Amino acid sequence: MRPRKLIKRFSFIDVFLWTFRLAVIAIVVVGSIATLAGGRYTGRQWLDFVEFGLAQGGIYALIALGYTMVYGVLNMINFAHGEVFMSGAYTAYFIAVPLGTSGFLARHLLVGLLTILLVAMATSTGVAVLVERVAYRPLRRAPRLVPLITAIGASFFLQYTFRGLYGAGIHSYPDIAALSGDWALGSFHILRTQAIVLLGAVVMMLLLYAVVMRTKIGKAMRAVAEDRDAAALMGINVDGIILFTFALGGAMAGAAGVLYALVFKQVHFFMGFVPGIKAFTSAVLGGIGNIPGAMLGGLFLGIVESVGPALFLDGLGIRAPYQLRDVIGFTMLLIMLIFRPQGILGERLAAKRA
Amino acid sequence: MYLCLVGVVETFRTRWIVADVAGLGQAFVFICMLAAGYVAARRAADTGTLRAVSEGAGAGLLAGALPAALLLLGGAIPLRTVFINASPALFELLSLGLPPSQGSLGLLLVGAAAGAGGAIVSRIPPAARRAFLWGVLAVLLLSIFQDLLQLLLQPRGVSSAIRDLLFSPDGPSFRGAAIICVLTWATSAGGTLLGYARERRGVGAAGGSRRTRLALMALALAGLLLLPIAGGLFVAQVMVLVGLYILMGLGLNLEVGFAGLLDLGFVAFFAIGAYTVALLTSRGEHGIAHMSFWAAIPVAVAVSLVAGVIFGIPVLRVRGDYLAIATLGLGEIVRLLVLSDALEPWLGGSFGVLAIPKPVIAGYELSGPRQLYYLTVVASALIAYVAWRLQDSRLGRAWMAIREDEDVAQAIGINLVTTKLLAYGIGGAMGGIGGAIFAVMLGSVFPHSFQLLISINVLVLIILGGMGSIWGVIVGALVLVGLPELLREFGEFRFLIYGIVLVAMMLFRPEGLLPAAAQKLELHAEEPPAPEASAAVS
Repeated sequence: MRPRKLIKRFSFIDVFLWTFRLAVIAIVVVGSIATLAGGRYTGRQWLDFVEFGLAQGGIYALIALGYTMVYGVLNMINFAHGEVFMSGAYTAYFIAVPLGTSGFLARHLLVGLLTILLVAMATSTGVAVLVERVAYRPLRRAPRLVPLITAIGASFFLQYTFRGLYGAGIHSYPDIAALSGDWALGSFHILRTQAIVLLGAVVMMLLLYAVVMRTKIGKAMRAVAEDRDAAALMGINVDGIILFTFALGGAMAGAAGVLYALVFKQVHFFMGFVPGIKAFTSAVLGGIGNIPGAMLGGLFLGIVESVGPALFLDGLGIRAPYQLRDVIGFTMLLIMLIFRPQGILGERLAAKRA
Repeated sequence: MYLCLVGVVETFRTRWIVADVAGLGQAFVFICMLAAGYVAARRAADTGTLRAVSEGAGAGLLAGALPAALLLLGGAIPLRTVFINASPALFELLSLGLPPSQGSLGLLLVGAAAGAGGAIVSRIPPAARRAFLWGVLAVLLLSIFQDLLQLLLQPRGVSSAIRDLLFSPDGPSFRGAAIICVLTWATSAGGTLLGYARERRGVGAAGGSRRTRLALMALALAGLLLLPIAGGLFVAQVMVLVGLYILMGLGLNLEVGFAGLLDLGFVAFFAIGAYTVALLTSRGEHGIAHMSFWAAIPVAVAVSLVAGVIFGIPVLRVRGDYLAIATLGLGEIVRLLVLSDALEPWLGGSFGVLAIPKPVIAGYELSGPRQLYYLTVVASALIAYVAWRLQDSRLGRAWMAIREDEDVAQAIGINLVTTKLLAYGIGGAMGGIGGAIFAVMLGSVFPHSFQLLISINVLVLIILGGMGSIWGVIVGALVLVGLPELLREFGEFRFLIYGIVLVAMMLFRPEGLLPAAAQKLELHAEEPPAPEASAAVS
């Protein structure tokens, strides 16, 4: 093609976006090379980063499952999902503390943990279902903006309800002696809590996958996600299925809450906000509406967030790169949304009507 | 029960509606029971009156049963370890000082009575009902605003006499409440009678209402201009904040209301405007140049505009929910960058930029909130004018076309790129002006002031007032920013109320309080037309 025609083919926007892409790639590559060449971190430290990233990623993945399922069936982003996560963790705190101080946890570790998990999951499920019934169901046919704003409102409502109920302070989960320290597999050490978190996350994800793919109700969920009206015509109780979806997502978030509390040990009323956004990022990364995608996206985001600052920001000589950890997350979100909204595994959503 | 636990009752304990007779917190519980009865009776609209009243009583009983249960439970187990507001004072309040068992019984009875009362209220003719409700509302308002009213009524002779009449040292006196209540009933009844008279005479509403509207506007304007002088420094400070939110609201309104682009990262423009002015005018270590405020403002506007365009370009192709999250991400990135240590040498990191001088006009320094308030009013008026002209211009129509349907808009020849970028740019510029004034108001800028919450605040007030409507923005700002500042006790529950307001508005009135006409039609398109209209048609 003639040069002039070639130039005309690319609009100003494309040029800008290309520059953006190149800039990001440049930062990543240059930074990484600098860090690795400088050898500031040992192999052990890198491994630590990766482990931590996996653990965190597992938590993100569990929350992301809720986002992705709800998006699949309702085509909306449930902003309040982060608060569902928070409610589970927070409520379970009140069970965890007496169990911990009375020594029950030390003696019957598995039963104790399971109790905490159950309480958290029950609460989250309840909250999720409540939000759906009160705030989302009446607005099912409303234009796009309305449920979104309702979700934001519900999110605020939940946050501040919990603040009003339990106070604005930070509460700490009890230390569980059996879970501190590492496990050693040969020369490979991993923190026990992280291992538990990762294991728990994987188990829950597999369970969810089994439910969605193998059971009848899972099939109904997939049908509703594909085409709500056709599913109704097939005799599926759409309202009930949507309720079930929310419940399932809520349960996952509750489990994530307990796992989070095990790793980070602290709960407070605002803790759901940032993980909520990160989880949404993970869902988008993997392809929204796509369950394995959410899992993958979560793990991926966790690792990148953990390894990223050390890997490339440090190499560029930026002071205190960990502060910019969230920036990495958000930038990845932006990049995904701009360049590949369908995510790594998902179907094409870019052409979807606003 | 929910209210009690959340502590509303506890905080209002010290606020008396009628001194020594009834507390505001108790009033809330009472109103809940009343409302329960009202709603129940509404639902049973077709049945006979007696049945409705009993249903109402039943609902009220239920509403009373919950706090009663709480009371009994609280007597038995220490709830305070879990729910921090379940304190002895709360229980005392609920049971009116009686021992728990009697107190719960009392609550049940009061509940039933209130419920029945609510049912009765729903049955009485609309005129009387309206009068009654207005009366109750007026007394409540008197109690809630008592500080402000007392302040306003303080200086002059006649008004301080009024004040003594209405208030006693603890709160509104009994006779004060009674006076207000009766006055409101009379006014409401009078208004209704006037309405009947007008209907009968067949007077056209157009001329009268236009004149009254102008009169009201003139009154509001006068009040607006005189408020800082009358109300004191605190009120002036609050009004400056309201003004800033109006500026930001107008900007976001452009993006969300006119062009339909949901932007949750709006606080970034606010921050950019503030930091630009800060860096350009500061006399401290981070100041780059030592310009005057007036020289810095055009620069700030230009920078915010460019920033808006830069933010807009990546997200041009992103739609709907994703746009919200993407812009949220952008806003957070700006905040994090500004907060980070990496950029500290230029932007001050978490320590911020200090020593920003106040603007000076012809040697007169705009030092206090009062003067800045007038500056804000002028700026808001200017921006509102710009927004108003834009609304009816070709650009404004292009925005509305985009809001309705992007693909169709593109098909009829609107250049999506330039239109959207203009929306982001101009909206951003407006936010930037707000930020500029914010910077000089505080005299310093810190990254902590630019949180996501501000974006959401602005969004909420636009929704409350009506998306796409300029007056709506003003009303929204007054209600959502002015009120919480003035009613300090609500401050704790501010975001709770935000959340409830958002959800409630979306459920019942998505077009906001003062909507642009088109919005109202489109958002209620799903609902069936009113019976009279269809009857008239058929």
